[in-house]
Amino acid sequence: MPIEKPSVDVVIVGFGWTGAITAMELVDTDLDILALERGPMQDTSQTANYPNVIDELEYSVRGKLFQDLSKETVTIRHSLAATAVPYRQHGAFLLGNGVGGAGFHWNGMSWRAFEADFRLRTHYTERYGAAFIPGDMTIQDYPVSYAELEPYFAKWEDVAAVSGQAGNVKNHIRPIGNRWEAPRSGEYPLPALKDTYGAQVFAKASAELGWQPFAVPAANASAPYTNQYGVRLGPCNFCGFCEGYGCYMYSKASPQTSILPALRQKKNFTLKAGTQVTRVVMDSTGGMATGVNYIDPQGQEVFQPAKLVILCAFQMHNVRLLLLSGIGHPYDPVTGEGVVGKNYAYHMNSSVNVRLPKNTQLNPYIGTGAAGTAIDDFNGDNFDHGPLGFIGGASVYHLRPGGRPIQQSKTFKNEPKWGKGWKASVQEGYQRILPIYAQGSVMAYRNVYLSLDPNYRDTHGQPLLRMTFDWHENEFAMIKHAIGGAQKIARVMGGDVEVNLRESGSHFDTRAYQSTHTTGGAIMGDNPRNSVVNRYLQSWDVPNVFVMGACVFPQNIGYNPTGLVAALTYWSVEHIKKLYLKNPAPLVQT
Amino acid sequence: MNKTLIAALCMGAALSSGDVLAQDPLVTQGEYLARVGDCTACHTKAGGKPFAGGLPLETPIGTIYSTNITPDSKTGIGDYSFETFDNAVRRGIRKDGSTLYPAMPYPSYARVSEGDMRALYAYFMSAVPAVSQSNRASDVPWPLSIRAPLKVWRWLFAPSPDTPASPRMQDDQMNRGAYLVEGLGHCGTCHSPRALTLQEKALHDDDGKLFLSGGVPLEGWTAKDLRGSTVTGLGQWSEQDIVQFLKTGRNDRTAAFGGMSDVVVHSMQYLSDSDLGAIAKYLKTLSPQETQNVSITAHNVDTAQKLHDLQIDSLGGRVYADNCMACHRSDGKGYTQTFPGLAGNTVLNDAKADSVIRIILKGYTVPATASAPTAYTMPAFGWRLSDSEVAAVASFIRQSWSNSGSVVNESDVAKVRNTVDINEQRPHGMTVHDGAVDAHFSADANTKP
Repeated sequence: MPIEKPSVDVVIVGFGWTGAITAMELVDTDLDILALERGPMQDTSQTANYPNVIDELEYSVRGKLFQDLSKETVTIRHSLAATAVPYRQHGAFLLGNGVGGAGFHWNGMSWRAFEADFRLRTHYTERYGAAFIPGDMTIQDYPVSYAELEPYFAKWEDVAAVSGQAGNVKNHIRPIGNRWEAPRSGEYPLPALKDTYGAQVFAKASAELGWQPFAVPAANASAPYTNQYGVRLGPCNFCGFCEGYGCYMYSKASPQTSILPALRQKKNFTLKAGTQVTRVVMDSTGGMATGVNYIDPQGQEVFQPAKLVILCAFQMHNVRLLLLSGIGHPYDPVTGEGVVGKNYAYHMNSSVNVRLPKNTQLNPYIGTGAAGTAIDDFNGDNFDHGPLGFIGGASVYHLRPGGRPIQQSKTFKNEPKWGKGWKASVQEGYQRILPIYAQGSVMAYRNVYLSLDPNYRDTHGQPLLRMTFDWHENEFAMIKHAIGGAQKIARVMGGDVEVNLRESGSHFDTRAYQSTHTTGGAIMGDNPRNSVVNRYLQSWDVPNVFVMGACVFPQNIGYNPTGLVAALTYWSVEHIKKLYLKNPAPLVQT
Repeated sequence: MNKTLIAALCMGAALSSGDVLAQDPLVTQGEYLARVGDCTACHTKAGGKPFAGGLPLETPIGTIYSTNITPDSKTGIGDYSFETFDNAVRRGIRKDGSTLYPAMPYPSYARVSEGDMRALYAYFMSAVPAVSQSNRASDVPWPLSIRAPLKVWRWLFAPSPDTPASPRMQDDQMNRGAYLVEGLGHCGTCHSPRALTLQEKALHDDDGKLFLSGGVPLEGWTAKDLRGSTVTGLGQWSEQDIVQFLKTGRNDRTAAFGGMSDVVVHSMQYLSDSDLGAIAKYLKTLSPQETQNVSITAHNVDTAQKLHDLQIDSLGGRVYADNCMACHRSDGKGYTQTFPGLAGNTVLNDAKADSVIRIILKGYTVPATASAPTAYTMPAFGWRLSDSEVAAVASFIRQSWSNSGSVVNESDVAKVRNTVDINEQRPHGMTVHDGAVDAHFSADANTKP
């Protein structure tokens, strides 16, 4: 029998961005709020202590902040017929762990989504006809519009002290900034970060081609900033240690930098680290949750009763918890019925490297997670897809997150990987190689989904999550088009050009880093037959369970997901406060 | 870490329980005054119940322990009449007639009005939860433990509350400030120099300009000069700077450290804006202790430019550029409300450098307050900078820009280093090697919690 704890009003499972936002937004209701985080306590002063934290071997290579895959991981297969095998080493995606989650070691690129992204199926049907959408593509509209989410994007950008240059304020298109972005209600809280030299080179070349380059919106504060919670962020000093690291300058937004200091002042909030939630516990009818079970740091099983359960774990973990708890009907790719695990999606990336002329000094060590310049002329539906025949698009950008010796000393791929030849090409390339990336959307497909693995279990004896995923022709065509744009920019810059394009026919390779932007599996929709949660991220089946995070995306966007994840969380919590707490019942009638 | 957070949150909850009960305005007033007096600073030990005592206090004659001042009738002050309570607080007389150790600042509290004393009494008796916890005997050895000589000390140095100080200034707000600073605030306890016989050399401004002119090192920290000197005191600070510092633990110039962190967290942040304004206004009336003979602008004006151009010609400058400049910047101004400025920071001009050395060796976390919850932390450098490097960089920041502090020697650093546990700051697998760092991966290095 598990140990039973005194009941709380709200239990939050997972303390990354969505957990921190949820707790902070609920804390003024006087509800008793308990957050359970499976990993260790991590904070800026201890975990991101300078100079110990800028240790590339320990953090980037050995993955100090990442999930221990020997205890729990995901199994992966390419097709329904294959047997999935465990993801035993971090490669394609980097799962976070501990307080702050992946929000502690992220880069800080903070985007909104396009208006059309929220009504994707309707938009493509209207513009290109229903036949344009392939039959096996299971994309659907978000049950919420950009206009509804706009205030929540703005709120998030204030909390995360996002630095950027607005391109569209209330439909006034600016000569600088992103002319393609959805209308904003106001400026960014902070001006854009200073351009690195590489960003200037990219901007000049893309402007020559008639495209409008703009600063990537960065949750790396360009100046000290006090957010609405009274928490103050420090100024980014371009040290080049964002991805894989905590920020010792207090400038990269993270749950512990941006929200936790304010939460610590609140008496009705408790955070317990080292507590692994194993399932949501249901009442005898299966229609209401009574709390959660977790394993405490001593290895004992604990039952934590709660009136409201909010799942704020990472995308994959939320889906797995739903499946393990029997909440909602698991998706069946053969019949197309069921919803939990449906519409898993991802990002597809490729790149172009330019080796600029001799004597160029990019000084790549001057960088930060989101220091870059982008164009959106190949993203969303900002161009005519008709003759191209694919759906979606990619953000094309130059990013300079740093110039670290092990992973960021670039050479061209056909050059020697070791010895004298390698040294010579690092010397040639370190100051001169400028990468251009294309990060593109991945659509949802009938044969791509998440389920419980029939063979492999975690350290607590529970089935692992199984990912069935491979690339589709739509995405190969999408990324080829975007990389075409990147090549044009590269040629204008001058110098040697190397193209790293993911070619049609290749398979999802778990070994090389690709993107941690995994989405879907607990998608939102306008009715229980097409989704796991309603427009307020409330479970259709268990009304006192809410599910936050990228798992609710019906399909992925051509941007990093954190901005949208945060806006949806703010939107959901606002309605929990306004509607659910007053009348704890389904917020959308079926 | 997690446990610390939970413990902190639980303690927060316990501390708040009085708020709910305190309905009587007299009790509410008393609670506020208990904050002003920062009674909890000494009478609540880390992890202990509020006001149950037991906090060890180092004194020159040995360790004494604060007492239980909850209304428990057996172990606390539950059976105290108002007179007994008042005798202890304002006169230093224990219930048994003997004299309190002057760790209890009754020479300052003598300034408190009877009305305020009655409010404090009402609060402690009716709103503080009674805790049964026996007082711990002091570790003061015989014969120093004989309390009779304390009585003499008290007669000599503790003023009587029966002749209340008359308002000395024309301005009501200044008088209120003086009342708070000299009385319950007991600022002089740390910020005024003490004689060999340990009494504060001045208990108010009329006693002379030693009042609040800077204290002696206490628990490793030196409390600064609060008088009007532009070099070491508050001469350059506006009233608003002072209010913001007391309320939030930081201002555009600097941030709280040492004992002042606790004062801000437990006491000052709870004061009303009008009381903080009164304190600021009063402090600004205090004239500098001595005529300044140091020009504060003529000194080392080109430091900022040299650092910016990385024209570095000293060990101190090199250590600064490598370790400090990313936050405190080449112009030494830091970032307002974020990373404290060093240029023009009067703490650096103090004759005693103990506080600065300690911060460099051990690092420091700015206190989190309700209105400024970010607890910025400066990392520790003691585990990787040698005494000569710390001395060099401390001298550098004390003498660069417009600063006018004296040179810090290796021996000064060594003395402070002896009081600091450097090992606890060292990351796993690292050893100290005269400023350089070797990595080793022995089994025991990795097992350290």
